[in-house]
Amino acid sequence: MLAFEQILNGLQFGIMLFLLSAGLTLVFGIMGLLNLAQGSLYMIGAYAAAYVGAHTGSFLFGGLAGIGAAAAVGMATEYLVLRRLYARSHLDQVLATYGLVLFFNEGITILFGRQPLYVDIPASLNGAIQLASGLSYSIYRLVIIGVGSLVGIGLYVLIGHTRLGMLVRAGATHRDMLRAMGVRIRMIYTVVFGLGALLAGLAGVMAGPLSAVQIGMGEQILILTFVVVIIGGLGSVRGAVLGAILVGVVDTLTRVYLPGLLKTMMSTANADAIGAGLSSMGVYLLMALVLLWRPRGLLAGSL
Amino acid sequence: MMCRSIVLSAFVSALFAHTAFAQSEVKIGMVTTLSGPAGYLGADVRDGFQLAVDEESGKLGGVPVRVLVEDDGLKPGQGKEIADRFLGSEKVKILTGFIFSNVLAAVAPDAFDAGAFVISPNAGPSNFAGKDCNKLYFVTSWQNDAVFEAAGQNATNLGKKRAYVLAPNYQAGKDAIAGFKRFFKGDIVGETYTRLDQTDFGPEMSQIRAANPDAVFQFHPGGLGITFIKQYVQAGLENIPMFVGGSGLDRRILTAIGPAAEGVNITSQWNSDFDNPASRAFVSAFKAKYNRIPDSYASQGYDTARLLASALKAVHGDLSDTEAFRQALLRADFVSVRGEFRFAHNQHPIEDLYALRVVKDADGKLDIKTVGKVLSNHTDAYGAACKL
Repeated sequence: MLAFEQILNGLQFGIMLFLLSAGLTLVFGIMGLLNLAQGSLYMIGAYAAAYVGAHTGSFLFGGLAGIGAAAAVGMATEYLVLRRLYARSHLDQVLATYGLVLFFNEGITILFGRQPLYVDIPASLNGAIQLASGLSYSIYRLVIIGVGSLVGIGLYVLIGHTRLGMLVRAGATHRDMLRAMGVRIRMIYTVVFGLGALLAGLAGVMAGPLSAVQIGMGEQILILTFVVVIIGGLGSVRGAVLGAILVGVVDTLTRVYLPGLLKTMMSTANADAIGAGLSSMGVYLLMALVLLWRPRGLLAGSL
Repeated sequence: MMCRSIVLSAFVSALFAHTAFAQSEVKIGMVTTLSGPAGYLGADVRDGFQLAVDEESGKLGGVPVRVLVEDDGLKPGQGKEIADRFLGSEKVKILTGFIFSNVLAAVAPDAFDAGAFVISPNAGPSNFAGKDCNKLYFVTSWQNDAVFEAAGQNATNLGKKRAYVLAPNYQAGKDAIAGFKRFFKGDIVGETYTRLDQTDFGPEMSQIRAANPDAVFQFHPGGLGITFIKQYVQAGLENIPMFVGGSGLDRRILTAIGPAAEGVNITSQWNSDFDNPASRAFVSAFKAKYNRIPDSYASQGYDTARLLASALKAVHGDLSDTEAFRQALLRADFVSVRGEFRFAHNQHPIEDLYALRVVKDADGKLDIKTVGKVLSNHTDAYGAACKL
């Protein structure tokens, strides 16, 4: 039962990662833009949700505000800054979006101060639910799994079975043809970027009650997000789903079981030291293995 | 800046022209952490220090001082750069402000080479308490392990038999766990090293629940601690008492955690409700000036300034005789907000450590209250290796 609980933990963590990496991979796949500021949009979502939530007393309003703020800031950033970068090299993009990270961190400091904000789980989602005998699991975490799954299905439908999705897919592969047919591709870029920002904001909103809403909270999770995107294949949303769940589960299980496993082979002190080291490398080892097997990621080349 | 300091010192010397010894001002270089999520720690130390200077209207121990404050950004390289400038062009002989051990470790050797004193108001890494101790190096807070050792003693005193311990997998985390274990008499039923970039502690919570301990000790600085304690309560573990060292739960963190923090056991060398005249006066002066209740960092900044004041007074602001100034510091002839204050031979405090707890006050607001003394005249485990 403990093992099942840990797999659920891994799944839930993976879904948080998916929400962040979906936007990142969409933006890379379609515009070829490497965006380090994705973590900042996550932070903006969390801050807006915390602020509005505290002032209205409603987690729902807070959540809507968080998603809205992240999408709005995302689209504004795309319009004002990022569209100048599409033609530039990835290094320029990394530098510019890193600059945005600093800008947003300072901006939040000026607006909200250094004091981390307080957000609680809404009362209706607090507590645990009995899933089986000996296995109870936090309702809020189950809701995260549910929301994330819905988003995944929604993205699948949106990209695979709608007109907008068709344009988006065409924009990724046949940019010039699309332009020649009179489609305003810049508009599509802004919308896609806004969608990615919205998902990052959603991740921020849902992370608020679980973790510290503070400056720089996005950078902490950003590295794992990139690992997800690389494992899944740059630009592939389905890859992001697969990568996120793999990373979430592998990270959780190595953290939990590796030290114990090593203890059966060596002295406790050594096992603790090596286990802690190895388990923090777990996802990076996974990434290395995947890249050895498939150098462009698991599902590269398919949106 | 140069102009202003010349004018200022001219003014100051004019002011003191009538006294027998015309004093020039003493420069104090403060290398501290003011930016990033941990920036409030340095701000607290700076504000506490400044309060002591302001109370004497720009002097410490009757000696005019100029405090140069710079932000190290929690980057050892940046701290070293600032310190080199202080030591070089500014000819500073007293460095203070250090919050983090890694910054301190990068700066201290240069300061020793330049013959400057390092007075740490917060960071107290083990090497400088032991084999690398130095005549020019003082710590006014604690050796880093102290509050964790006290946490171990506190858990033992409360009759805990089975503890689960967690900390991030880096030096300070390992030191914290070692400190706790040194004074905890029960069994350790689980030991987990987390990561410094971890945002989700769900797996750890499941492990804690499975191990069924009667106490949990955790050290997760700053935002990690907020995340940890929130998820601890969300996982329904609030019935297992939690023990943290001083910096694991201060007032800022408490505000961010909210009701989930109720009942957490903290160990610290000071709390704002200490009932001694110096502490009461400090708290009310700090509240009047900065409009907030001081955390222990502010008290450490204040104590550091008061210690410097006592020593500057003893040598009449003359730092040319290093040994005389050192002896004056060692005497610690000031009234600390902690009560009695003495230095051990390794120039770290001999101190009393207290148990605090997060409780609801009369109007339902969470507050950190002192419960009682845990360790008396405590010295660190490393002093024996220090040959001073």
